Amino acid sequence: MSDAHTHDGHDHGIGHVSPVWMLLGVFALLIFFTVLTVAVTYVDLGSANIWIALAVAVVKGALVGLYFMHLRYDSPFNSLILVTAFLFLAVFIGIALMDTGEYQQNIPPPATVRPVAG
Amino acid sequence: MSSEHEQSNHAANGDHHHPAHLAHHFETPEQQFESGKLGMWVFLATEILMFGGLFCAYAIYRGNHQDVFLYGYGALDKMWGATNTVVLLASSLTMAWGVRAAQKGQQKLLVAMLIATFMGGVGFMCIKGVEYQQKWKHNLFPGTMNAFYYEGGQAKYPEKLKHAIEFIDGRNSGGEASGGGGHAPAGHESTDDSKPVEHSDTVEADSASPVIIPAVFGAPADVSTIKPPANPTEQGVLDSAIDQAGDGSTPSAAHTQILWNDLSGAEQKKVHLFFGIYFMMTGLHGLHVLIGMVLIAWLTFKAFKGQFSKDYFAPVDIGGLYWHLVDLIWIFLFPLLYLIH
Repeated sequence: MSDAHTHDGHDHGIGHVSPVWMLLGVFALLIFFTVLTVAVTYVDLGSANIWIALAVAVVKGALVGLYFMHLRYDSPFNSLILVTAFLFLAVFIGIALMDTGEYQQNIPPPATVRPVAG
Repeated sequence: MSSEHEQSNHAANGDHHHPAHLAHHFETPEQQFESGKLGMWVFLATEILMFGGLFCAYAIYRGNHQDVFLYGYGALDKMWGATNTVVLLASSLTMAWGVRAAQKGQQKLLVAMLIATFMGGVGFMCIKGVEYQQKWKHNLFPGTMNAFYYEGGQAKYPEKLKHAIEFIDGRNSGGEASGGGGHAPAGHESTDDSKPVEHSDTVEADSASPVIIPAVFGAPADVSTIKPPANPTEQGVLDSAIDQAGDGSTPSAAHTQILWNDLSGAEQKKVHLFFGIYFMMTGLHGLHVLIGMVLIAWLTFKAFKGQFSKDYFAPVDIGGLYWHLVDLIWIFLFPLLYLIH
């Protein structure tokens, strides 16, 4: 097929070569977000804490995927595979959670449970 | 066209050099590289779905038993977890750098980066080992061996349970990261009559009067987030107060801390499941780290022998993808297990 643009003796090789500054920059960002996510746990934000933690994790994951795993420079099909996996994971967990939510009303809330000893 | 092309390759005609690593069914090294990578991504998708089962168990369990998680995670060491995150991120950096070195044909740098990545894996597993040992020391195993295991409504290992409660309550009431801090609760019997529990007064001062402790494990203990501290009742002379670790609105520290007696009886019987989930998630992840290390050792060997070049570095790239995925999963495991709020 398209043999014309291949790398016969030329400098540009296969795939995208990440510059060092980019790798180091991404690493610095990842460390920053790690510190951030730990720091946030010392602040009580109620139920927002878990969502912040997850949002930070998603950003970190995106950085790893886009730059360390080269997704940004890859064929978009690879990204599509990854996103599809997450999509099905969301369906799986989402529906499972909906299901447990359905019968929660039949379970007495923890505070009112007074099991007989023994 | 392809068969024709194949033949021309065999003929080794001048204009198209045929690298030894190019398989017959690919036209160009680039196509081969892209195909290999595509295959790897499909595999990584299945990996994500495999971990997904555990994440699903986690979500359901945490959604339904928040206090169990809030309590159980007290056994985990946030600082070790954060350190391991940094170790793994650093090894991801060296891996990505190694791929770059391979792409540019820098053989020595590639070997160095692969060794650095491998050492990251060693560091991660060592820290994981220290952490696991900390748990095992307190009989916090996965499954029925866990100190918190209940069978037929009874604690299976009353003595170990007592010890494990002292461990976690001690950490939750005082010890932050380094653990062991704070005053451990004085006494807990699973079958005996009420015994006072004491822990440091760092929590609210308003409930400075003794609170009766449920006679038997499994007896009521108001969940802190729902009810204010229980009624003070006289209970002999106590040098220290027992209190509910805060009723949510007035957490002791910025942290919501929870003690054994803040858990309802039903929740107390489920604490062991937290450790089941913890060990299965970190265990499967740890297994992946080990597999990744084997792959990197193999890549290092090949790189050392100079088998990679600008035109052929696909194994480095694909091995790298695996290593980054392991990192990616840890990025989610860390906040979910170590940073429960």
